[in-house]
Amino acid sequence: MKRNNVYTHPDAVSADTPIIADRISKSYNKGTVPALSDVSLEVKKGELFGLIGPDGAGKTTLFRILTTLLLADSGQARVSGYDVVQNFKQIRRTVGYMPGKFSLYQDLTVQENLTFFATLFGTSVAAHYELIKDIYEQIKPFSDRRAGKLSGGMKQKLALCCALIHKPEVLFLDEPTTGVDVVSRREFWEMLQQLKQQGITILVSTPYMEEAVRCDRIALIQNGRILQVDTPARIAGAFPVKLYAAKAASIYGLLKDLRAWNQVESCYAFGEWLHVTLRQDTGNGTALIREYAETRAHKQVIIQCIAPTIEDRFIQLATSNALPNGSGH
Amino acid sequence: MKQLFVFIRKEFYHVFRDRRTLLILFGLPLVQILLFGYALTSEVKNIALVVTNASNDVLGQQLTNQLQASAFFKVQEQQLSPTEIERAFKKGHIKAALIIPSGFGSDFIKARHATLQVLTDGSEPNISKTVLQYVTAIVQDFQRAQQPATSVAFTITPELRMLYNEEGNGSINYVPGVLALILMIVCTALTSVAVVREKETGTMEILLVSPFKPVMVLVAKAIPFLILSLVNFAFILLLAVYILNVPIAGSLFLLFMITLLFIATSLSFGLLISNATNSQQVALLISMMGLMLPTIIFTGFIFPLENMPLPFQWISNLVPAKWYYAAVKSVMLKGLGFAYVWKEMGILCVMTILLLTITVNRFKIRFT
Repeated sequence: MKRNNVYTHPDAVSADTPIIADRISKSYNKGTVPALSDVSLEVKKGELFGLIGPDGAGKTTLFRILTTLLLADSGQARVSGYDVVQNFKQIRRTVGYMPGKFSLYQDLTVQENLTFFATLFGTSVAAHYELIKDIYEQIKPFSDRRAGKLSGGMKQKLALCCALIHKPEVLFLDEPTTGVDVVSRREFWEMLQQLKQQGITILVSTPYMEEAVRCDRIALIQNGRILQVDTPARIAGAFPVKLYAAKAASIYGLLKDLRAWNQVESCYAFGEWLHVTLRQDTGNGTALIREYAETRAHKQVIIQCIAPTIEDRFIQLATSNALPNGSGH
Repeated sequence: MKQLFVFIRKEFYHVFRDRRTLLILFGLPLVQILLFGYALTSEVKNIALVVTNASNDVLGQQLTNQLQASAFFKVQEQQLSPTEIERAFKKGHIKAALIIPSGFGSDFIKARHATLQVLTDGSEPNISKTVLQYVTAIVQDFQRAQQPATSVAFTITPELRMLYNEEGNGSINYVPGVLALILMIVCTALTSVAVVREKETGTMEILLVSPFKPVMVLVAKAIPFLILSLVNFAFILLLAVYILNVPIAGSLFLLFMITLLFIATSLSFGLLISNATNSQQVALLISMMGLMLPTIIFTGFIFPLENMPLPFQWISNLVPAKWYYAAVKSVMLKGLGFAYVWKEMGILCVMTILLLTITVNRFKIRFT
């Protein structure tokens, strides 16, 4: 196993690598429920880094270990150059953290929530107002409204303001777009881009694959394992074979038939299309699949060769990864 | 320091914006004081007493009048047959009946011996006993009044006095009990729920990932309820003195100090519960079942402790409210000083220190 000696001298790299996780493992219930196994990743200064994976992949566990809320069973982690176990107090002072639920006081107004968190971090709303100005202006008309009465999108903005109010060096956002409408989600990612401009390092998790392209780099995570870490473009580009999109009058019938065909490596529904890969692709896959579909009496068959997305790569990695380890958990 | 102040202010916002909390805080003492003071009184007054007078003579009528004159009975004169009386008892229309037989007056004068029959509803033993006592007393009075000449014979008349409560005011006993109960609920249940709510809404995560000292969260949670409990204490005392006419015989300062100590014990209990649980329901359940019930049963203000089997008496020693109740009774009702309550105060002190030590040691600065 390759041993990266960067981890043994963390202070040398901590200046430009605010988040370092080194072979973190964690299990719950006395080791019976594994949550993370051998997770390593590095986030560079000023990077918008996405942790992409389905529910239960271990995203929140990793966030809690990095924000000093949980102790890992093994492995080390550093945030802003501080060890998450020994120097947890310094980390708690410097990072901004937005937990999975929008953790606000529902019975306090927007203004009161913001003032409370500002004071808690030993600062004032005015001190770093510049940083949150663009976001806060949007919810300012509702500053006397109780947080519980806000819409999901506005709650999300307020929670972000609260996490930013002390101008953290590193920002941890655990599924910030879950339960928020599409428009608010798009706005939120634009806000993150702006925060990045201000030099804040951001680690964000999301179960939505289509949000991954908004990040500088992403890590795909499943069953507590990191599948791949790279830029979104390179991850999608790493798809090893040709990918075909297929469609017919009876999508479900086509899915069943293709799965039964020994030439097909994988076939899964993707929106209103089926995504198909072949075992031995000789370059004429489009014609081959069409031919097969028509022998099976499918009508209105459309077959295209398409560029794979991050989700395709994730599914491919997840299925091939699951095989050697078995389902494991 | 400013952080703590803002935190405490936030806690007051929580309390004053939640109707249920406010209701428990100030509605409960009012309801309980009034309930225990008026509705759940153990005094027996205005009992319906049916008098069936078969004698139709002067003596029988005089006895009836005497019964009627007392405040204890509402006398209804009805000529009922034994079967009719039994039916009335069965239907629950009457609780007590007095039957004066025919020839009552002549028996008393001529034979120097007359009998009366008093019937009571034994399914309510407390009322039955009280009715029998009252009727017996009235009949004895009546008998003495009829033969003043013979009263020169040797007689012993017990003179009864209820010390510290001459009028037999039933609410006097309840006020210290209600005090213990209310303070226990406010401090333990509300405090534990307030801490656990932060865990449930996820705000505890942010509080932990902040420069605020984790143990100070407990301090910030306890102080508002300490203040509110003292307000409550004053409120209950005012209700007791001005509505129930229960006097405060002893030192108000000593009473205040004992209460402060008991509040500290209850707050520690609440914080300990909040450490051990993660949901508001569980916290509330433990506070209510684990503390309110023992407070009602083992404090002695409803069920006398002396009548309990020994093991229960030992258990009662673990209930803080028992010691508080005893101390408050001594100071408030008997007017005793510190020399008589130092033991109770000492026990509460030890309990508080023990609970606080466990709580602070077990307080988690991380999740598991």
